[in-house]
Amino acid sequence: MSTTTDSKIRIQLENFSVTDEIEAMKKVSRNIGGITTFLGTGRELSKGQNIAQLNFEHYPKMAEKKLEEIRQQAIKDHGIIDMSIIHRIGPIEIGENIVLIVAVGEHRKETFTACEWAIAELKRVTPIWKRETTTNGEVWVQDTP
Amino acid sequence: MITIKFFASLKAIAEKEDEQIEIQNSISMDQLTDIISKSSPKMTDLLRNKKVMISVNQEMADSDTVIHDGDEVAFLPPFSGGSFN
Repeated sequence: MSTTTDSKIRIQLENFSVTDEIEAMKKVSRNIGGITTFLGTGRELSKGQNIAQLNFEHYPKMAEKKLEEIRQQAIKDHGIIDMSIIHRIGPIEIGENIVLIVAVGEHRKETFTACEWAIAELKRVTPIWKRETTTNGEVWVQDTP
Repeated sequence: MITIKFFASLKAIAEKEDEQIEIQNSISMDQLTDIISKSSPKMTDLLRNKKVMISVNQEMADSDTVIHDGDEVAFLPPFSGGSFN
């Protein structure tokens, strides 16, 4: 699992710097005029329960493959210049970074739509699972049927 | 021989993370379901009610997918990556 900003698709244990990731994407093209980011973070309250910790598990190879497919489709269908997607796995504390999507394009409009589509698609098709630790124990979250 | 993997909540239900199963040439999804129901009985209801997804060689499978010797099959509960809804 690489922690450098070279790869545009990464699943990693370590935290990431939003600034570094944006700066890395700015180097992709001199034609970039708009950048939209989505940053997902660990929230304390879920369905009325206080969460002490989150833990993410993924299916190695398949998860990376799905994220790369999302990146390619976002570029093709939304007309953006490029996109990076970084998702953390392992234990995550409240307030910590979980997932970052950076969409870069010539204009803002396509980066907004690409970013919104990408996070929804990530949740729909990427084999990543979240386990919440609450005062009542641990539970696997199943957001989508 | 095929490799079977269980992820997230399914590890506790199947009571294992993975297993190897000997097959002759190829099997159907129905045959796979029967095999898993015998080796991991607690998976039976989930499989019958289609509450788990199945991938073959990291691609989502459907009822027509044929599993060949050497394939990697994974049982996947509903995904919950990303941040909260």
